Amino acid sequence: MAAVEHSEHMDAHGEDGMRRRDFLNIGAVAFPAAGAVALLYPLINQMNPSADILALAQIDVDISHIQPGQAIKTIWRKQPVFLRNLTPHEIQEANAVDISTLRDPQTLAERTKPGKMNWLITMGVCTHLGCVPLGAGEGEPRGPYGGYFCPCHGSMYDTAARIRQGPAPLNLQVPDYEFTSPTAVRIG
Amino acid sequence: MSFPWAEKYAPKHPFMRWIDQRLPLPRLAYGAVGGGYPVPRNLNYFWNFGVLAGLALALQIVTGIILAMHYQAGDATAFNSVEHIMRDVNQGWFLRYAHANGASMFFIVTYIHIFRGLYYGSYKAPREMVWMLGLVIFLLMMATAFMGYVLPWGQMSFWGAKVITGLFGAIPLVGDPIQHWLLGGYAPDQPTLTRFFSLHYLLPFVIAGVIILHIWALHIPGSGNPTGVDVKSPQDTLPFHPYYTAKDGFGVGIFFLVFALLVFFMPNAFGHADNYIAANPLSTPAEIVPEWYFWPFYAILRSFTADFILPAKLWGVLAMFSSILLLFFLPWLDKSPVRSGSYRPTFKIFFGILIADVLVLGYCGGSRPEEPYLMISQLATAYYFIHFLVVLPLLSMFEKTRPLPNSISESVLHGEEAEAAPIGVTPATAA
Repeated sequence: MAAVEHSEHMDAHGEDGMRRRDFLNIGAVAFPAAGAVALLYPLINQMNPSADILALAQIDVDISHIQPGQAIKTIWRKQPVFLRNLTPHEIQEANAVDISTLRDPQTLAERTKPGKMNWLITMGVCTHLGCVPLGAGEGEPRGPYGGYFCPCHGSMYDTAARIRQGPAPLNLQVPDYEFTSPTAVRIG
Repeated sequence: MSFPWAEKYAPKHPFMRWIDQRLPLPRLAYGAVGGGYPVPRNLNYFWNFGVLAGLALALQIVTGIILAMHYQAGDATAFNSVEHIMRDVNQGWFLRYAHANGASMFFIVTYIHIFRGLYYGSYKAPREMVWMLGLVIFLLMMATAFMGYVLPWGQMSFWGAKVITGLFGAIPLVGDPIQHWLLGGYAPDQPTLTRFFSLHYLLPFVIAGVIILHIWALHIPGSGNPTGVDVKSPQDTLPFHPYYTAKDGFGVGIFFLVFALLVFFMPNAFGHADNYIAANPLSTPAEIVPEWYFWPFYAILRSFTADFILPAKLWGVLAMFSSILLLFFLPWLDKSPVRSGSYRPTFKIFFGILIADVLVLGYCGGSRPEEPYLMISQLATAYYFIHFLVVLPLLSMFEKTRPLPNSISESVLHGEEAEAAPIGVTPATAA
């Protein structure tokens, strides 16, 4: 009986004003709450790209057959990539531009690999709202700057695929890539 | 709702008052699962299982909606998309195992819930409607579970679909057209898969709707209790919140422990290896068994082996469906005025036999259709029907029941009034 009285005494006037029962209540609610939050992770993460989608994140492209002045389209991460072999004239045109006049200032050298300035590799995704610009396919209009022309809202890119006119905010994005041999490129 | 002493919802905060006058949803929750729902104070842990079944349904809906984001219903894509979920989708293995074992958990808690009702006489007046709505939910669950099992399009899926729709083929005259109508062809195929997927997605929401009716019907007389004695006074009840939210919360914790054990340590224990082989219409697996929760009914189906006026196949189908439909008449088969099995000594014995009988049926249903299992399931099937059609009506006529307590609070106190009286308060002189 004395023990019971003692514990009641402790319950009512715990040292920090918190009763055992309060502690149990908070613990009993907080623990499942933490579990529920942990459970949210798989429920949300399942919508992220799955392993088979991520497996498509690296591609090898043979560029041996692309003549100067030609371009090819390929697909990387389900999006078009333009690989263009620039002519010396196009390189010269790109380098002649004063980059301080550009909306997204970058030189052609910054957008290509050292010693491979003729290989312009960019995403074929307009930085405005994601359409595929024209200019990589044979006979497609390249716009007044000789690069790419987006038919959706009239963004115009030059021969370094830099934005020159129209609503797009940025140059066509350059993906991560490397030359695995003089005639092969690995994107991603 | 229910008793006049139920606590009234009285929001104090002006915002809650503003809400209450426009959309009294907090008032509804307060009256249904809050402090405003008085519940008998003597409920034991068997009364957790309704909440657990609702929880299992919610888990199935959440995991199911997610699986539907990755699953592709099609005879060429279904099996591979399930493997895609298992291997490629982030935590897809977890979500699929949770859904597959969640179905087993749903049936486990539902069976306990049903047998709780059978023992404590929950089907008796004034709760007949609660019982019958529960049976409707059970039937919908079985249909949903069956169609869900077809979706992975493995060997068991395919042959399960063929065999179960074949049950309808046993109906005289219109049997074959009905089976072809269900399948959308002569065998399970693309049309079967897409319609089963559509219905498998729909039915859980129908179940949720019937659950609302089930709870609504329950809250009119209020919950039963282990003595079966009606609530008579405020001393007999406690508010649902916090007393039973806490008690149910404990049950939910145990539920998740068992669930986690299944999902993480034995995820395929209730599955069948053959269902990891893609459906092949030209080869039947050596042994076809449904999921464990259908085994007792499968045993009843298979226990009819000889033609007797009607073909054996039809008898099996009729018996299997009757074994559930018969439960709809239970409130009128068992007319004993005493609800709880605890006060019915003879009933208690037969109830024990019934449980053993259903377990035996389950064991036989999961075994190969050969002797001695056929003979045993025939005997067990016979007892199943005798229990409900003969034993219960006779018991309600002749059984000598034990005296009931005068009230719930009296049964709780066992006459020891001092035991429950607050410290410093003299117990009232009553009971």
